[in-house]
Amino acid sequence: MRSQSRFKSKTRKRRKTRNKYFEIEEGGRLNPLARYVARVCLDPTKTLIEHTTTTTAAGSLHTHIDKMSQSLRPYLQCVRSSLTSALCLSNFASQTSERHNVPEIEAQTSPEVLLNPLTVARNENERVLIEPSINSVRISIKIKQADEIENILVHKFTRFLTQRAEAFFILRRKPIKGYDISFLITNFHTEEMLKHKLVDFIIQFMEEVDKEISEMKLFLNARARFVAESFLTPFD
Amino acid sequence: MAAPEVHHLFHHPIADHSFSADKQTLAVARDTSVELYGRTGNGFKLKDELKGHDKLVTSVDIAPNSGRIVTCSQDRNALVWEPSPTGYKPTLVLLRINRAATFVRWSPSEMKFAVGSGARVIAICYFEEENDWWVSKHIKKPIRSTITTVAWHPNSVLLAAGSTDAHARVFSSFIKGVDSRPDPGVWGERLPFNTVCGEYLNNSAGWVHAVSFSPSGDALAFASHDSSITVVYPNGADQPPRAVLSINTQLLPFMSLIWNGESEIIAAGYDCEAFRFQGNESGWQLTGSLESKGRAGPEREESAFNMFKQMDLKGKTKDDTKLTTVHQNTISTIRVYEGSGGAVRKFSTTGVDGRIVIWNA
Repeated sequence: MRSQSRFKSKTRKRRKTRNKYFEIEEGGRLNPLARYVARVCLDPTKTLIEHTTTTTAAGSLHTHIDKMSQSLRPYLQCVRSSLTSALCLSNFASQTSERHNVPEIEAQTSPEVLLNPLTVARNENERVLIEPSINSVRISIKIKQADEIENILVHKFTRFLTQRAEAFFILRRKPIKGYDISFLITNFHTEEMLKHKLVDFIIQFMEEVDKEISEMKLFLNARARFVAESFLTPFD
Repeated sequence: MAAPEVHHLFHHPIADHSFSADKQTLAVARDTSVELYGRTGNGFKLKDELKGHDKLVTSVDIAPNSGRIVTCSQDRNALVWEPSPTGYKPTLVLLRINRAATFVRWSPSEMKFAVGSGARVIAICYFEEENDWWVSKHIKKPIRSTITTVAWHPNSVLLAAGSTDAHARVFSSFIKGVDSRPDPGVWGERLPFNTVCGEYLNNSAGWVHAVSFSPSGDALAFASHDSSITVVYPNGADQPPRAVLSINTQLLPFMSLIWNGESEIIAAGYDCEAFRFQGNESGWQLTGSLESKGRAGPEREESAFNMFKQMDLKGKTKDDTKLTTVHQNTISTIRVYEGSGGAVRKFSTTGVDGRIVIWNA
């Protein structure tokens, strides 16, 4: 009895999401996340685990997407304008050690050449810390982590990147405490790269990383289900 | 307005540049050397390279009359390059500083030059005949951080300096035997060495990137990192200034500025274009950019072939790597190219993108 009602509610929810999905599609453009979620919930071959994981997202699909574009855009816009003004860097030799030229934000030896750090937060789980100085800027990003799986995934993902920091130029090997990944942009980077493209890169990274993590999570769930199924087959 | 003259010298930041008096030679600070370019027809051709520093050359200045070139570098040294028939001969200056030299300018009299440094001093250098050396005297007193910029008063005694401690200061650099006693003016009457004639701070206290005296020398302008320009009208020694006017802008900070007459300032910096300010003692305002924005008009219709080619090559249809400004990166120096009696007809800018552009003011 109880289980039946639960099943009912689930189908109802599912139908609702379908309708909502079609609404969006009729509206014309579909954002990539919506397309992805829709693909998952409309695929009849996808079974229970995936379904339950996506119903939360898909159950409020329409509102969720709207809310995201509404809060994500100003968030990214704020990060973008803060970064643009923070990236006004010049070549500045160290005042404390002879014949040295070091990123002042890392050395922290002359307080007058550091500017006030700035945190842009979308919510308690997603924020960006921008620490500007006269010749370098440190940008630290906290990536959204809703549960333990995402925790692990984010850790693995950032580790993968930081281990290849040489090829990344602006990536810092170790993130700042309390953040998942840090970038260090010095005046030498802004001299040889285009400033607006550097900003674009950070923004794009922030956009993509959430998508990447949720995709990985879905993939992981699918795989777990498949493993569980094949493991339990002999006991049928 | 005629189009600016654009020369792309190389893909490397230009820390500073200077033209000789006849405009035939251009000195450009590039990495650890200074390159001398000669004018050939419409362009510039590399003539000579001054190698003597082993760290980044931060500043270069050619004396208009004697043709001497002074350079300074983050290796703590300054060199004076004397022109001779066989090329330029360097002479080391006894700066006695232990941090990077950041900025150098000849005084209008060409008897002295000032070197700003990260050692919290300004070295005023002059030639000592008996020792056959360039020696220096230090202005130390209230400076609390790296000197980022200096500028000379037309009387060659007063010197303005901007620093990362957010102050713009005016000092006396009077040296007995080198300078003649200056006439008393708005900055003070008695001016022994290291007199602080003025110390100015703007509201948000950003690092000062550029200072400049007006052509008469009776006003001082400075640009700081809070994207503002401040103009100071002093009122004699030991009295508060007649007016301190700050112009805040919504732009990115300015790195360099020049006066055009007494009522106009041209400033450029991180926005990669030059802006004009106009005003007087009762108020100043930003009047606009010096670049005509004709290029940013309606976009050209692209052929379908081109569009798909772009999509195939770069994965996008529009190429947004180019800025709409002439300079493609920060402008670091702006200098008067041609002018008379304080009015500027042409000025030159260089920046991080390796371009030199000569503009009509």
